[in-house]
Amino acid sequence: MAYNGDSDRSPAQQSALPTAIKLLVAGGFGVGKTTFVAAVSEIEPLSTEETITTASIGVDDLTGVGDKVTTTVALDFGRITLDPEHILYLFGTPGQDRFWFMWNELSDGAFGAVVLADTRRLEDCFPALDFFERRGTQFIVAVNEFETGFHYEPDEVRAALDLKPNIPIVCCDARDPRSATLVLVTLTKHLMSAAASSVR
Amino acid sequence: MSDFEHRPLLDEDAGPLVRPYTVSNGRTAPTAKLDLLSLVRSTGQLRPSQLENEHAEALLLCHEPISVAEVSAHLRLPAMVIKVLLSDLVDCGAVIAHAPDPAVDPTDKSVLEALLNGLQRRL
Repeated sequence: MAYNGDSDRSPAQQSALPTAIKLLVAGGFGVGKTTFVAAVSEIEPLSTEETITTASIGVDDLTGVGDKVTTTVALDFGRITLDPEHILYLFGTPGQDRFWFMWNELSDGAFGAVVLADTRRLEDCFPALDFFERRGTQFIVAVNEFETGFHYEPDEVRAALDLKPNIPIVCCDARDPRSATLVLVTLTKHLMSAAASSVR
Repeated sequence: MSDFEHRPLLDEDAGPLVRPYTVSNGRTAPTAKLDLLSLVRSTGQLRPSQLENEHAEALLLCHEPISVAEVSAHLRLPAMVIKVLLSDLVDCGAVIAHAPDPAVDPTDKSVLEALLNGLQRRL
């Protein structure tokens, strides 16, 4: 296989590759992130293992080994082909708090995020809200309406989460493709208005 | 080659019988800059039959644009291993890849419009 790649052709070919858009679905454990991804994805949700580098925690650093440790995390994701030039990938963030450190890498290059909330356990989405606010990642909150949960109005949830007025809150059924897709439409419109207001 | 050799060494109970990094010869540093969302596609300059095992399987998946994450999921190998395999394929001219840098600008109006239109078509 001694073939020399024709490097002259690659720039033109490279521009012919579609653009990948990354959105995140975050929230507490069991809030319905995987269900949401499955509802909107055109493929069965897939899972990949990524190796994450993080600064080591604690004091037992072995001198000379460096201060980086690696962890493997499993990520579920789905795909939507938007048009021939654009593919959307939707990644569910690992729900366990102990993986918070890897969200930096996961959120790098992400257009925005949906934070799923469960009104029975609103506090479970606090780490995600804190994280995206700190990172400056645009997000909206989607309340996944479980049948056993009490129905709250979006404004009541906003007050409980202490959310800024410009951040949209919507209710959804994460199992329903149309409902979940509408959440993504709301997020996209929020991204558009955020982009428009950042251009002065 | 016999059918047996073509079958991935998988056992439902035990999982893969080959350690993941064996297929990358223990390498964990891909030569091409790839991230989970880097898209790759075969150039048609090499046929899967000219390659061995996992490289051939990866190339087979690349006939349409596909992300590193998807190749990893389909081959049931960690993303880091797939990045090494795919950069081998980039190096020999079998696939082209989008470098993750520069990242797509999340405030790019035309990309956001494509996102909105693509989603609304699904409603």
